Amino acid sequence: MMAEQINCGCDFNEALIKNVKINLSAVTRRAAEIASRRAVKKQWQAAWELRAISCIDLTTLAGDDTPSNVSRLCFKAACPLSKELMNLLKWQKEKVLTTAAVCVYPNQVKAAREALAKAGHLEIPIASVATGFPCGQTPLSSRLAEIRAAVEDGASEIDIVINRTYALTGNWKGVYDEVKLMKEACGKAHMKTILATGELGSLSNIYKASMVCMMAGADFIKTSTGKEGVNATFVVALVMIRAIRDFNNITKQKIGFKPAGGIRTAKDACVWLSMMKEELGEEYTSNKFFRFGASALLADIERQLYHFATGCYPALIDMPMG
Amino acid sequence: MAGQAILNVESIFDNLSYGSAPDSESAALSWLNKHSRHFGLYINGQWVHRDAQITVESRNPANDELLATTVEASEDDINLAISTSREAFNIWSSLNAHVRARYLYSIARTLQKCQSLLAVVEAIDSGKTTRETRATDIPAVIRHFYHYAGWAQIKDSELAKWKPYGVTVILPHWSFPLLHLGSRVAAALATGNTVIILPSTLAPLSALLFADICSQVGLPKGVVNVVTASKDVSLLSHPNVDKVVFAGSIEDGQRVRKLTAGTGKSLSLELSGRCPVLVFEEADIDSAVEGIIEAAFFNNGLSNHSGTRLLIQETVYSQVIEKLKIRMSKLTVGKNFEKNNDQGPLISSEVALKLITLLQSPHGGQVYQVEGVPNQNNYFPPTLIYDVQTSSEVYVDEFYGPLLVAVAFRTVKEGIALANHSVYGIAASVWTENINIALEAASCIQAGTVWINAHNLTDAAAGVGGCKKSGYGRSGGKRSLYDYVQPNYQNRSVPRTINVDFNKFGTSSSADILPIAPPTDTAGDKLSVDKTYKLFYGGGQKRPDSGASYPIRSASNQVLGYVPDGGRKDIRNAVEAADKVARSWAKKEGHGKAQILYFIAENLQSRLKEFADLISAMTNKSKEESTNEVEVAIQRLFYWAAYCDKYGGLVQETSLYGLTVEKNESVGVIGIVCPDNFPFLGFISLVAPAIARGNAVVIVPSNKFPLAALGFHQILETSDLPGGVINIITGDQDVLTRTLTEHHDVNAVWYFGSAEGSKFVEFGSAGNVKATWVSYGAEVDFINNCDGEELLYHSTTTKSIWMPMGDVFAN
Repeated sequence: MMAEQINCGCDFNEALIKNVKINLSAVTRRAAEIASRRAVKKQWQAAWELRAISCIDLTTLAGDDTPSNVSRLCFKAACPLSKELMNLLKWQKEKVLTTAAVCVYPNQVKAAREALAKAGHLEIPIASVATGFPCGQTPLSSRLAEIRAAVEDGASEIDIVINRTYALTGNWKGVYDEVKLMKEACGKAHMKTILATGELGSLSNIYKASMVCMMAGADFIKTSTGKEGVNATFVVALVMIRAIRDFNNITKQKIGFKPAGGIRTAKDACVWLSMMKEELGEEYTSNKFFRFGASALLADIERQLYHFATGCYPALIDMPMG
Repeated sequence: MAGQAILNVESIFDNLSYGSAPDSESAALSWLNKHSRHFGLYINGQWVHRDAQITVESRNPANDELLATTVEASEDDINLAISTSREAFNIWSSLNAHVRARYLYSIARTLQKCQSLLAVVEAIDSGKTTRETRATDIPAVIRHFYHYAGWAQIKDSELAKWKPYGVTVILPHWSFPLLHLGSRVAAALATGNTVIILPSTLAPLSALLFADICSQVGLPKGVVNVVTASKDVSLLSHPNVDKVVFAGSIEDGQRVRKLTAGTGKSLSLELSGRCPVLVFEEADIDSAVEGIIEAAFFNNGLSNHSGTRLLIQETVYSQVIEKLKIRMSKLTVGKNFEKNNDQGPLISSEVALKLITLLQSPHGGQVYQVEGVPNQNNYFPPTLIYDVQTSSEVYVDEFYGPLLVAVAFRTVKEGIALANHSVYGIAASVWTENINIALEAASCIQAGTVWINAHNLTDAAAGVGGCKKSGYGRSGGKRSLYDYVQPNYQNRSVPRTINVDFNKFGTSSSADILPIAPPTDTAGDKLSVDKTYKLFYGGGQKRPDSGASYPIRSASNQVLGYVPDGGRKDIRNAVEAADKVARSWAKKEGHGKAQILYFIAENLQSRLKEFADLISAMTNKSKEESTNEVEVAIQRLFYWAAYCDKYGGLVQETSLYGLTVEKNESVGVIGIVCPDNFPFLGFISLVAPAIARGNAVVIVPSNKFPLAALGFHQILETSDLPGGVINIITGDQDVLTRTLTEHHDVNAVWYFGSAEGSKFVEFGSAGNVKATWVSYGAEVDFINNCDGEELLYHSTTTKSIWMPMGDVFAN
């Protein structure tokens, strides 16, 4: 699934990360505006929330993950909304609504694959984080080996973390070389590169990291691991989105964007979609180019949709547990 | 849930369209209905309705529906508004400052409670989007009342030497009906004035709602009156109006200036602008593009702060234009009560018509317009014209609307030159990550506000207003308070009709240049040598163009000396000299200026007796009095030497994360016409603060007693003063006054001559909208008054420089 979009990348081109100018205060003003300039209400809101579900990489990344909770996650991904709610929403599409992917640790890929098989939804891609997630502070050889193992086990999407030591010391060529090797290790699997924006120190570093990853073959650029102090913010996103636009202008390649960490409300989800639509265009609002890395978001969307469909607010127990 | 709505979900899921997110008009309509869709005048705390009055319709620009009718105030209504305002002034101005502060605070609180209603009333009447009235206009109005409630509280200590003018007429522009009203009314009330508001007929409703709010607050009767009329003449020409605050077009501003000339009414003008947006090559280009959108299309493009002249460094020109076009393509135009629209209808079809005419005029550029705009004649698409010629009408003409023109520049110097080569001076924005370029551009651009890497930021704590033809006076911050107060010693002369033939005033010299008996020496027994003075400009003594001189006689009719009969050409030369040096003098560091003023004082001290004798001989004042005049003059020089480096400006406490600096800048070239009652002290008291604060002056000494001032050049020549900073021209005072007033390179005129001359100066100043300060023929006591803050106010203008900061975004 989704194999047709692969970024071939390009040679390391220092000119693309030279003289990067990012003005934080101006970016912050624009980011704040996006939420106020567009609004979706009523059936539009519901439809946008459904669209958001289709863009979620439903995620569990915890030390205590076991096959049982990974399996629950997979079944939730395959059937994110209850039948009752889908009926109320009069969803008659042939295609069932699922999340975009599930996202787990490499060690849980097998469990996920088994669960999805049981659910009859093997078409849902399994994304695996890799490369010493979340910090990336392990030898390159083991980071690459992790990727290969995850792919071997059935992951078709790999979320790698970049080397922040290199990034913060200005060794962008080093970042490029590593990511390029990771891309090779991914083979046919999609590669999402996590910039860990909360640890990059400046917006220009975020722009540079975005560019370097795209040059090295990233299919998606992703904000954060969810483990940093500051995760997906509209400010950071705007900078990455502008880099995606610039890269597209230069290479004609379309690169996807994945905000991750801290996205919890249906309202925010609609703003994210609107941001993609305004800044990059319609095409970038499908899960081909846009993903949410989120675990709690789905529950809030369910609640909002239930309210839209029934007119009353549900209790948590009205929603099936994921 | 409606079945239809549910059915649509699937198709919206596929196309991810925004759909409609309408805002409700209902609050506005029920308020209008409460008034039966008809408004009288709000005078003396009540709604005045009369029979058989002419009414004016107020329509919704979005659909042309009739919203309400207002009445056309009659002469009687105007008289009533003014007389009740005058009565209220006596009470209001004598209230304890704290009580006034409480009223302002209460207005702020009440506005806050009604903010949703205010937002929709403002939008429905003006065509502004509710998104903007909710997020920008109304919060700013509320903020102003809170800010000025503070000034009201501390007025007595902050403005100890000042008192309110009295009855203040406020004319807000239709571009910001309530915000203009709020910022001005708050300042006027805080300082103890009472106000009469005359809203624009294009959008009067929010002012009428404001009247309701004042009524709810329980403001004393007559403190705020709101009258509606399509003409302002009878209100503005009424003798009992003391202060006029106008916002609008340059043409209207000039008309108001002429209408009020010579009447003793103080005037503040905030007029149109064509603000430059300078994008330098080291800018964050994507952010600059967003800034341009904000600059050009905020408020439907209808603002004198709109950035309509886009100046882009050639190296990034095409990149910016391409990105801008793509960004503009995302703009949506339609109903203003639709949350997803970036732009609503223009307030009237006339505004759109002007844009259409401009678009059709030759401009040599390429046009990019946003598509999908409603086909109604008061809608106009966001429009970019790039590669235009700087001589074209679209580049030069005054207009309001969502239209901007783009021009390339090569160097920083050229960019600044292009920005300043304009009659407007209200605001500008500068886009670069290079702090050296940013600060230099901000410093050099002639405007009341300069934003660095931003546009349209405002706050009640930071002054807004113009220079050049964009007017004078400020709204916001402490500086604005001075527009609403006068020195305690000053009393407005009883209004009387002064007839001045503007075509004839000062057109020919009346100097007595017929031959007369030669002056005799004071000893009187032998023929003395002629004492013939010369003009002093450009740093040297010059013969007058006419070649003529006329005698100055002592009280006992002895000829004390001959002074040159300078004329138009001498003024022209002097202004040229002043203009040439003005910028470098303004840039000279304060300490350096102070050294020169101290040097002047020292040199005057050593010739004290000589000057005192001359004053005494001219004026017949006693030796003691004349000596005192020179001694006070020396003190003044010391005083202003002190102020050379102590009035640079303030850091304003706005909502910005960063610095908002209010820089006190020189006015430029000031023409000064000196009084007769203190022929020397008046001269020094005026010239010293002017040059201390970086201005260059062309000064006309006392008409009757010019010798001491004219002789002062000897001191200037030995005091290291750069040539052209002080230029002294004698001659027929009316001729010189006329020439100075009508000279467009003169930025301000201070006039201490006759009532007629005062009227002429105010009338003639309309030409380039220069600031004026005139005595209306009244004598000023220069020994005890005319120093300190008052002079600082007239010697400076302010520029708010907004400098956002920040790079730390996480951890």
